[in-house]
Amino acid sequence: MADETTEFEMPRAGSNVSLAERAYRIRRHAVRMGEVQGQGYVGQALGVADVLAVAYFHALRYRPDDTQWEERDRFLLSIGHYAIALYAALIEAGVLPEEELETYGTDDSRMPMSGMAAYTPGMEITGGSLGHGLGIAVGMCLGLKRKQSDCFVYNLLSDGELGEGSTWEAAMSAAHHKLDNLIAIVDFNNLQADGPSTAMLSSEPVTDKFEAFGWHAQRVDGNDIESVRAAFDNARGLKDPRPRIIVCDTRMGKGVPFLEARDITHFIRVEPNEWALALEALEKGRPQ
Amino acid sequence: MRLSKFAPRHAVNAGERKTTSAMIASIAPDGVPTRNAPFGHTLARLAHQRPGIVGLTADLAKYTDLHVFAQEHPDRFYQMGMAEQVLMSAAAGLAREGFTPFATTYAVFASRRAYDFICMAIAEEKLNVKIVCALPGLTTGYGPSHQATEDIAIFRGMPNLTIIDPCDALDIEQATEAIADYKGPVYMRLVRGKVPVVLDEYDYTFEIGKARMLREGADVLFISSGLMTMRVLEAAKALEADRIDCAVLHMPTIKPLDTDAILAAARRPGRLVVVAENHTIIGGLGEGVAALLMREGVTPVFRQIALPDEFLDAGALPTLHDRYGISTSELVRRVRIWSQ
Repeated sequence: MADETTEFEMPRAGSNVSLAERAYRIRRHAVRMGEVQGQGYVGQALGVADVLAVAYFHALRYRPDDTQWEERDRFLLSIGHYAIALYAALIEAGVLPEEELETYGTDDSRMPMSGMAAYTPGMEITGGSLGHGLGIAVGMCLGLKRKQSDCFVYNLLSDGELGEGSTWEAAMSAAHHKLDNLIAIVDFNNLQADGPSTAMLSSEPVTDKFEAFGWHAQRVDGNDIESVRAAFDNARGLKDPRPRIIVCDTRMGKGVPFLEARDITHFIRVEPNEWALALEALEKGRPQ
Repeated sequence: MRLSKFAPRHAVNAGERKTTSAMIASIAPDGVPTRNAPFGHTLARLAHQRPGIVGLTADLAKYTDLHVFAQEHPDRFYQMGMAEQVLMSAAAGLAREGFTPFATTYAVFASRRAYDFICMAIAEEKLNVKIVCALPGLTTGYGPSHQATEDIAIFRGMPNLTIIDPCDALDIEQATEAIADYKGPVYMRLVRGKVPVVLDEYDYTFEIGKARMLREGADVLFISSGLMTMRVLEAAKALEADRIDCAVLHMPTIKPLDTDAILAAARRPGRLVVVAENHTIIGGLGEGVAALLMREGVTPVFRQIALPDEFLDAGALPTLHDRYGISTSELVRRVRIWSQ
């Protein structure tokens, strides 16, 4: 099992940076990328920033300068359009240089709008065709067990992705093969392309379903860093042969009150003059 | 053509003995030697030397000959259950961790049900997964649910994917070893069970991407893959009686096509070119060869032996092969007509 502390956090200077500050910086990177494109899935990135802060600055074992390090925990992003959020986290983690965020979504950038493994260091898989990540995670967990590795495989998926049948094939498979090295994280913002996820094809009650499929399931407020951290610790520390899932209820646009209040959609609309206002709003909420 | 719903398809005569629709009718002609489960035995043998090989199946180990591997290497075999999407995704994950997964199912399920997973989880990143599928084309009498008549048409458009259609047991054995050593995604069509041995009569070795001229001839050039190569070899012998001299170019690799071999053979003047495949006439080897010849300005008289663009009948394989024109006797009959 992984150490309680991460390879990243302890040996490096700046380990006294709080997770809240990390989350703030992830949000700021994401908003700046959105400004470059004048659009983007900024709402999702703001919503999932706290979860990514805990993942990358508390839970995961990795080396920023060696993304193929054999002993790393694997973090699979199924939801390709969340790439903006993962780029922000990878910038904060030192995997990608901060100045590169200005290339987000532009021609020949290493940071395309939808995440692809061949483009970006630290992007483990090509997401975007939803319902792939959990199945790939099953195979990687089987492979890691064959190698007697103690690494975890994390898979960040969306609530909408729970509508894909392949997600449930993978869920059955993970439990059948007793993949206790698998931690799935669902960003439950209850919003997909055509409207609220629960109104499109309800996956509720999510934790009951996963428990019935043979998983250890937790559900937390995904914008409450302490709750998220406790859930990750619990998932990693369990002596239990079941795969683990953490359902994180998050709010689109979190941290920028005027975006949180907006009639939110899957592809949030931000006026050209609002990017600076969004950065100001984030700064106001920055932890002291 | 489909008959009206529930109408008897063919006259039923009292007392007549009917042929049956056996699941895996042997494609071996009478008297032809066979080998049992060449894929399974070869993979089991290779796995002793190559520790990265693992096997996965979606409830079809016995019907893809993977059970031979599973019995010999139980700790390297993953039964994924009746779940083809996670079969392919998990194979991708194992390849990511450095293993060489062989994933087996029926060709219909791989091509129709698991396409997106093969495409995006495996092929897009050239992962080292071998997809080996039984019941290609018309090799079962169970009807369209099991007859993968369009698998090659589906897969030919997928970038990075190598497509293999071996002929006999010898071809399967050599191809299995070759794809195990090749780094990248492969789709291989598989004939399982008692598989005929025919290529031992020829100076033959399998090589990915290479066609082989099995016999030369002045009047007809057969270009064929898979079990149709057995059929055209038989047809070529039968047509000797008609003084029709046939060459046979065997193309076990459908993608990438051995364009040099095709062009060299098709440029030889005076030969009728006949492409024979166990696949729908749309989108397979025949169209691939035709497009190549057109692009290169090589225009021999060109004919195709292939399955019609239809959902095919259920029934006994010999009946169906005659009905749809891929039996040896139908081949001979057509070539005689075309050669007049």
